[in-house]
Amino acid sequence: MELLVASAIGVLTAAGVYLILRLRTFPVIIGTSLVSYAVNVFLFASGRLALNAPPILRDGVEVYTDPLPQALVLTAIVISFGMTAVVVMIAVGSYLSAGDDLVNDPDTLAGTKNAEPSQRGGGKA
Amino acid sequence: MTHWLILPIVLPAMLAAFMVLAARYHLLIQRVLSVAGTLALLMLAVGLFWQASDGTVSLYQLGNWAAPFGIVLVADRLSTLMVLLTCVLAVPVLLYAIGSGWDNRGRHFHPLFQFQLMGILGAFLTGDAFNLFVFFEVLLIASYGLMIHAGGQRRLRAGTQYVLYNLLGSTLFLFALGTIYAETGTLNMADLAMRVATLDAADGAGIRVAAVLLLLVFAVKAAILPLHFWLPASYAEAPAPVAALFAIMTKVGAYCIIRFYTLVFPPDLEITQGLFDVWLMPAALLTVALGMAGVLGAKRTDRMVAFSVIGSMGMLLAAVSVFTPAGISAALYYAIHSTFAAAALFMLIDVIRSRRGAAEVSFVDAPPMTGGALVAGMFFVAAIAMTGLPPLSGFVGKLLILDAARSADLMWWVWATILVGSLIAVVGFSRAGSQIFWNAHQRAETPVEDDAAAPVVPEGQGVLPMVSVGGLLALLVALTVAAGPVTRVLEATSAQLFNPERYLSVVLTTPGKEISDDHGEDTHGDADGSGYATDDQGADAAAAPEKDH
Repeated sequence: MELLVASAIGVLTAAGVYLILRLRTFPVIIGTSLVSYAVNVFLFASGRLALNAPPILRDGVEVYTDPLPQALVLTAIVISFGMTAVVVMIAVGSYLSAGDDLVNDPDTLAGTKNAEPSQRGGGKA
Repeated sequence: MTHWLILPIVLPAMLAAFMVLAARYHLLIQRVLSVAGTLALLMLAVGLFWQASDGTVSLYQLGNWAAPFGIVLVADRLSTLMVLLTCVLAVPVLLYAIGSGWDNRGRHFHPLFQFQLMGILGAFLTGDAFNLFVFFEVLLIASYGLMIHAGGQRRLRAGTQYVLYNLLGSTLFLFALGTIYAETGTLNMADLAMRVATLDAADGAGIRVAAVLLLLVFAVKAAILPLHFWLPASYAEAPAPVAALFAIMTKVGAYCIIRFYTLVFPPDLEITQGLFDVWLMPAALLTVALGMAGVLGAKRTDRMVAFSVIGSMGMLLAAVSVFTPAGISAALYYAIHSTFAAAALFMLIDVIRSRRGAAEVSFVDAPPMTGGALVAGMFFVAAIAMTGLPPLSGFVGKLLILDAARSADLMWWVWATILVGSLIAVVGFSRAGSQIFWNAHQRAETPVEDDAAAPVVPEGQGVLPMVSVGGLLALLVALTVAAGPVTRVLEATSAQLFNPERYLSVVLTTPGKEISDDHGEDTHGDADGSGYATDDQGADAAAAPEKDH
């Protein structure tokens, strides 16, 4: 169980970081989503892993799982979901206005503002 | 328990929602409401500052739940100071946005502005680490909207970067909070402080990782060297009033560093030894160097100012990482100063941009602008303040930092970096001023026939923008003149930070509803009986932590 959860977090994070280091918005957004999934699982694990245990404290319940991380994860999921929607909208806007979907610094585009964007957009993805 | 403490968060939230729902297409109503709300916030902030100025630590328990289980808002000297700073900054920024017509170039400027204020004020007031994350997200979501306000290719590109970078920062924050919760089982800052202090240093690898992760998160916010990449493009491309308001956002990072690392991980804690003198101080000094090099190397004035913000954050964090009371109070003085100076510069650059026609803010020859003398004078004053030349507050702040750094191990490095960095900044700003204001006059003496190409004062660039910039500059002058009293207040603030017993006892011992033994009857009703506690809430008391998050 521990190994499964730990390796899931690790693999998700590694894949996410790899994708974030790409130059184009689509893989970067997928990468941030993967990392946020990883952090959600991680938050679950921060309350210790308990199998088949209720998240409530009450008389007669001896084995229970910590409810607080579950509440934290709910908040984190909602926020990261909303944030991903926002970044997709802004990235689409950027793509439509600039003609390419690179995430480079706009300052490097300053000299080539009027050049055709296909040159810069046509690099390897 | 009074409800004053929650008002700086509730008021902008309600106002923003009302503006979106009821006054969506009425710019005038939005403007009136926004100004009225911000002025009310300013009065609230003054009141809170006054209340905390005798050393009182006020507590607000949300839903009347007692501290480690419920979320609390805490107003001590530091948080009320930052709240006051935010509100004082917000008023001229808002007036500038109205006067220059920026709020009319896209939709929903005023609601987003209020949400931004709500997030910033909440981040300053909260006493709970996860709640801090939530307020970070509130201020970030609002800032995403403000950042791409009015649109445009370059702005959207910069906005994408900014959002992605902060998305990663938020994820890192969650990792840090998860680690903290796994190690200590609490997220209330005061409770954390108690529990971290009792941890065994030999067994403290987890909490040390958490402390470093948190420092990284706040360093992203504060734009410290390896994590500063989001700042230049965002601040340079953001609409001017937004960039001016963002001047407080980097200070949110600095505030969180000061708050967490005086309260939870104090400098004498064995677990986090070396975090500041070994890691943060060199990073801060490199930030100064990089910021000042950027000031000299920038090709446009807006980027130059953005880099000067990075440099000033470096100086601020250098003072913080000395981690003595003198260092913290110097850092706070510099924070106030650099917030006003950066905001004034960003707004001035917008004035310059709108009056220079096609040349915008690049360092190229252009015809002289209309009303150039006044703008040039203001730029001169703001540049003096930013680069830290006498007689303005930048100089006082720098003196305080240099004085505080005398107790640091890296004293000579600090002195050398800050002094050489300031010199470079002076050169950079002089170049910008000469190019924009003086070269224009030289060109104008040669006969220029095409008068039609000469830029005119665009519509909406009337008196109000200049008044707001002038107001900020007046605040800088006031900060200089009142340096003595201000410094005494700040010394009291940092003294309170280094003696957190009162904060801890107020947060942890104030009674409220609690989870009681078996039936969940709430036994410790609050003395003055605030209307929050109802019995059916208490009956389900087992689920208390869930509800509060």
